[in-house]
Amino acid sequence: MDLLIILASGVATGTVLLYATVGEAFAERSGILNLGVEGMMLIGAMAAYKTAAATGNAWLGLLVAMLAAGLISQVHAFITITLQADQVISGLALNFLATGISLVLGEGLTSLRDVVPQLPKFTIPGLAQIPWLGRVFFDNQSILVYAGFLFIPLAWYYINRTRPGLHLRAVGEYPAAADTLGIHVYFLRYFYVFVGGTLAGLAGATISLSISPGWFGALTTAGQGWIAVGLVIFAQWNPIRAAFGAYTFGALRRLVLDIQAPVLIFGLANPFYSNLNYAFFLKMLPYIFTVVFLVIGSREANRKRIGSPAALGLPYIRGQRGL
Amino acid sequence: MDQEITPPGIENVISMRGISKRFPGVIANDQVDFDLRRGEVHALLGENGAGKSTLMNVLAGLYRAEGGTITVHGKVANFNSPKESIDAGIGMVHQHFMLVPSQSVTENILLGLEEPRFRMKLSEFDKKIETIAEQFGLHVDPEAKIWQLSVGEQQRVEILKMLYRGADVLIMDEPTAVLAPSEIEELFNTLRSMTDQGKSIVFISHKLHEVMEISDRVTVLQKGRVTSSGINTSDVTRADLAHLMVGREVVFRVQKNEVQAGDLVLSVENLKAMNDKGLQSLNGVSLNVRQGEIVGLAGVAGNGQNELAETLVGLREAIEGKITVNEKEVTNKPVKLGIRHGISLIPADRTQVGTAPNLSVTDNVIMKNYDQKPIGQGWMVNSSEAGKYASELKEAYDIIVPTIDTSVRLLSGGNLQKVILAREISSEPKLMIAVQPTRGLDVGAIEGVQKLLLSQRESGAAILLISEELEELLSLSDRIYVIYEGEIMGEIADGDIEKIGQMMTGTRLEQIGKEGVGSNG
Repeated sequence: MDLLIILASGVATGTVLLYATVGEAFAERSGILNLGVEGMMLIGAMAAYKTAAATGNAWLGLLVAMLAAGLISQVHAFITITLQADQVISGLALNFLATGISLVLGEGLTSLRDVVPQLPKFTIPGLAQIPWLGRVFFDNQSILVYAGFLFIPLAWYYINRTRPGLHLRAVGEYPAAADTLGIHVYFLRYFYVFVGGTLAGLAGATISLSISPGWFGALTTAGQGWIAVGLVIFAQWNPIRAAFGAYTFGALRRLVLDIQAPVLIFGLANPFYSNLNYAFFLKMLPYIFTVVFLVIGSREANRKRIGSPAALGLPYIRGQRGL
Repeated sequence: MDQEITPPGIENVISMRGISKRFPGVIANDQVDFDLRRGEVHALLGENGAGKSTLMNVLAGLYRAEGGTITVHGKVANFNSPKESIDAGIGMVHQHFMLVPSQSVTENILLGLEEPRFRMKLSEFDKKIETIAEQFGLHVDPEAKIWQLSVGEQQRVEILKMLYRGADVLIMDEPTAVLAPSEIEELFNTLRSMTDQGKSIVFISHKLHEVMEISDRVTVLQKGRVTSSGINTSDVTRADLAHLMVGREVVFRVQKNEVQAGDLVLSVENLKAMNDKGLQSLNGVSLNVRQGEIVGLAGVAGNGQNELAETLVGLREAIEGKITVNEKEVTNKPVKLGIRHGISLIPADRTQVGTAPNLSVTDNVIMKNYDQKPIGQGWMVNSSEAGKYASELKEAYDIIVPTIDTSVRLLSGGNLQKVILAREISSEPKLMIAVQPTRGLDVGAIEGVQKLLLSQRESGAAILLISEELEELLSLSDRIYVIYEGEIMGEIADGDIEKIGQMMTGTRLEQIGKEGVGSNG
């Protein structure tokens, strides 16, 4: 068990969570809760893989993945923004729809493993020589991992220090106020649900074209979309905290696998070695964390304390008092 | 086509002609004319539902009128959105502030503007905003987050927001409703300094004394029609305006008879409780109310009044302290026990707490005695008895409603309050806690509610009247407590408005006069 390998692999798998979490944070900042992240990620993973298989171009696969997931997110946008339906129910429905579509269209992709191109992995010279950190962050990582490093501060800056970011926050906090100042509440909400969709698609493509290449049906994402929904609350809708959470969860996932291998840990018998019953509990951990965060986030009092967007989950109806 | 009725030499900034606006089942504005001159405060007076806010929402671009024209500086302009109206120099300060609580003052002011284009250098804009603020005497810290500000400060941000956008017409929708007396004075000073600098102000209100104090001219609306257009405030009396507003004579001071205060009914000692956010909002409240007494509780909204009322009736947990009603302790006892001891609550929120909106008048009035004979019979409710009871109350309290089976959500504010009062008074309470019993009601309905409270006092009930309307407290109460940040600042029996005002902003009674020399006018 090599700690640096676990951490490096945590950064790689954490990148998937990073894109999905920040995408959902964008949508929620605008006031729309989209529980369909898992489904949108599957659409992305499938579309990326299928396109790459058909065209031989992984980059094209990435683009199609983002568009496809962005497109299907607009179903949720239409139902919740225009029709003003319940966001939780619509999100769950989107999840079923998107999962179903990706399983049907992904039929037969599993056997293509060896012929589908992947996105490049490379080592950044110089930075990789930094002791410890170099091996964790810059040694033979996917290009999407490096893109993630740039994405974190940009997303934070956009939300907190730019005019469009100010409008995004206003629309999710007090849409009526934004509306009176000529900000297009409905348009912006559609837009950021779309952004959330494309980032979920990117997250899916990150899996199928780079981090753990291939198409394995619903196991491709294995519930990471749900972990992302929980992480948004942990991250308090902040991309930098989201990155921290995503990399930590990524490392945990890898640790869970690695910890089952050695016979001895620190000279003691490894309780997880060859004992599947214990191992199941280990594998459950990320999902238990997710459930805990979702419970915390669903309590009104907690939501206020951790700074949840005030209008999150509420449809905006022009001319109605209050929010 | 635009008939000019303005005297020569005076410039009309805005003129609205024949404005009509309909809502399903109501004509909110019927052929309304309105002129605003440069540099004036023009009051728009009328009861609730008279169409004042509707008219101004048309001007602010929130509603579209079905008929009529608006001209701004002589040019015809019909606004399709608030933005178009703001671009034409018209800014509205809404009754519910349109501010994002989690954002700073500067961020709120910059919201929706083209400038800055992308990157926001907030410090640069903080300075710009400070300059404007100084020009009009609107003191507020640009870096502060909205949720950290008092209501008065938030209102200043709203005004600044409009001034920053270059508004030269400012519409103020009931601006004083949320302010303490000293803040009202400050607001009026700001308004005067704005008109001195050539801005024009529409002042929407139903409070006559404020209209008399601040406005240059008045337009009165009644049921969507203008009853008086642009008269000079100096030419009319308060009684004239009231008559124009309601259409009949109004008695300002209700008749209050001498009643000897009797035994102690409610005694509260060192009461502490949390608010919904989990912060302590009652920090040791002590007060008492006797038989045949109306005791007022004055204070700016959000200083613990609602929490106090809820804790007294058992809806909210007291973390410390003692509540006694007729010598029986009721602290943290079930609400139903309180009702047995004769506690009655008239909640501030009529539609969510006071009534069940989708239930009928009958169901709402029997909520306290549905389980007692003759209406309750074992586990059954005798619906013919219930109906009889409801019909009696409908007659006695003059509730205007098609049938007693009508859902109460269809009732007007005044009638809804009558339903609540009918239920509460007929339970013959020994202690009545009335929270904002006349808020949002029109002059006629206010009179009715106040008379009912006084008649309860005469029949020996103890009444705790929690209100933000100082005038109402002064005319009804025998004594007044003032609450500030969950603490009682003092008790006043002679209605000294100066002292009450100081206590409402956090000065203890003992400290008044000690610090500021000459503050006791």
